[in-house]
Amino acid sequence: MTMLTFEKKYRVRGGTLLGGDLFDFWIGPFYVGFFGVTTIFFATLGTLLILYGASQGPTWNIWQINIAPPDLKYGLGLAPLMEGGLWQFITICAIGAFVSWMLREIEISRKLGIGLHVPFAFGVAIFAYVTLVVFRPFLLGAWGHGFPYGILSHLDWVSNVGYQYLHFHYNPAHMIAVSFFFTTTLALSMHGSLILAVTNPAKGEPVKTGEHENTFFRDDIGYSIGALGIHRLGLFLALSAGFWSAVCIIISGPFWTKGWPEWWNWWLELPVWS
Amino acid sequence: MKTLMRSTITGLAALLVLSGCELGSKETVQRGYRGTAMELVIVPEDRVAHVNANQPPEPSPPMPAAGPRAGDIYQNVEILGDLSVTEFTRLMASITEWVAPEEGCNYCHNPQNLADDSKYQKKVARAMIAMTQRTNEAWKDHVGTTGVTCYTCHRGNNIPTNVWAEDPGPERARGMVGQTPQNYASPAVGMSSLPYDPFTTMLGGQRDIGGVQADSALPQGHPTDLRDAEWTYALMMHFSQSLGVNCTYCHNSRAFNQWDQASPAKVTAWHGIRMVREINSRFIEPTTPWLPEHRKGPLGDALKTNCKTCHQGAYKPLYGAEMLQYYPNLAELGKDVDDLELFED
Repeated sequence: MTMLTFEKKYRVRGGTLLGGDLFDFWIGPFYVGFFGVTTIFFATLGTLLILYGASQGPTWNIWQINIAPPDLKYGLGLAPLMEGGLWQFITICAIGAFVSWMLREIEISRKLGIGLHVPFAFGVAIFAYVTLVVFRPFLLGAWGHGFPYGILSHLDWVSNVGYQYLHFHYNPAHMIAVSFFFTTTLALSMHGSLILAVTNPAKGEPVKTGEHENTFFRDDIGYSIGALGIHRLGLFLALSAGFWSAVCIIISGPFWTKGWPEWWNWWLELPVWS
Repeated sequence: MKTLMRSTITGLAALLVLSGCELGSKETVQRGYRGTAMELVIVPEDRVAHVNANQPPEPSPPMPAAGPRAGDIYQNVEILGDLSVTEFTRLMASITEWVAPEEGCNYCHNPQNLADDSKYQKKVARAMIAMTQRTNEAWKDHVGTTGVTCYTCHRGNNIPTNVWAEDPGPERARGMVGQTPQNYASPAVGMSSLPYDPFTTMLGGQRDIGGVQADSALPQGHPTDLRDAEWTYALMMHFSQSLGVNCTYCHNSRAFNQWDQASPAKVTAWHGIRMVREINSRFIEPTTPWLPEHRKGPLGDALKTNCKTCHQGAYKPLYGAEMLQYYPNLAELGKDVDDLELFED
């Protein structure tokens, strides 16, 4: 479907969740909607707050700018603006912007009359983020458990959280999440290479079709999941990766405080061999 | 019926998942700048129980330092000769309570002749008293003024509960390329698959600790390799288990080797490593010829110390209880470790 024919199908009235016809309009190629407005609002405010925080910090180096959450002593209360309060407002803005964007995706899906796969998928990403900065801090009793906003600083946070449990690769949910991430890339690379192959035939040969695709994988691994199936599988793998990531971090702390290696003692203590 | 089955299975699965969890409330200790995740999450009830289980005994009443010296009255008093007779008797009674509460004096002494050195326990005890004094005197960078006493390690046992000897590991098939002694869930390394005996080379010997992170981008010709990192991690697992802390107690893991990003505890630990090496090499290994077989490890070496020997799961042994102040006779050796003549017979 070229962009022009797509436009006709896309530019239909209705399907809004909120605001009725009031925000049901386009700016250029972009649908606005009530949630487009709230997205712009939260994203702009949050970005400005980050810039303000950076202006008050020691560096403009893009890698080193750091907006840190409050000290744990503030618990689940508000912290002074320059001591984590900014992080709290930016978190509200981020969630506001992400959720608005997801709701705008729902409105667009309704206009197109398609399923809600896209907003659902984005919802899993939002769920993972909210798990990190809301659910887990809430369970541990302090906003200070959220991760800091900064390119390097959030990686340092990830590293130290891992080392809080001595060896994070022993976290069972982390194992599942990592497996899903790798499987996602495997599936996508196999699918991508297949599509590139069939759409770029040798000179003088016609572009190949789904029958060729199926035949290739039936020859190669004995099974082809099919043109539709690969996308369902890809969605499942990717969402599972995000979901289990959220699980692996929410169990670290709220439901387990020791090193992850010793969690596996139940295996060593199975009556079969102990 | 089907619904019942389904809900039973779901319920059992949920129970199974929950049984892997530590439920109940948690508390968190913050040890770094906000947002760095240098934190320790604890289960308060477990910590309270551990604190209660790690309390020093009531100190015995102090005795006058005046009066005749023990070395003048008794024979063969090599280390504690400068004590008054009353102080000496008090310390002997305390050591009995700390180390051999069931066996009593005769655990070390020949009751016919208390000066007799025929029992190995007596000679080892003398070395251990010198070791305790040396530790309190020369390793203040690690033990501070809190210091250590016999009780810090022994806790009423002849042999401290947490000691190590060279570990030959389980029987295993050998491949052509040899195997690093690892890949068995070992309590020595927090049940991880890391090398299960980091002690022999790193706390018994002088094997370098480090090599975990490169000190430059795209490092070439780095003097350490993956195995150095694994051995170091193995020892660090032991540190964590011994102190009841995680890696961020000392390190900011973004730069393990950087002192200016680490917590002051890393400096204390650095001195502790050197202290333990001295204890093992200068005070414990030399006792090996005296020891009976059942006081040695499977490969015939003496039972030695590591972090857990004193710490026993607490970030400070006995949670920092100031026990040494009641036993000032253990605070000072008064001579260099090279001038000791304990092991010359």
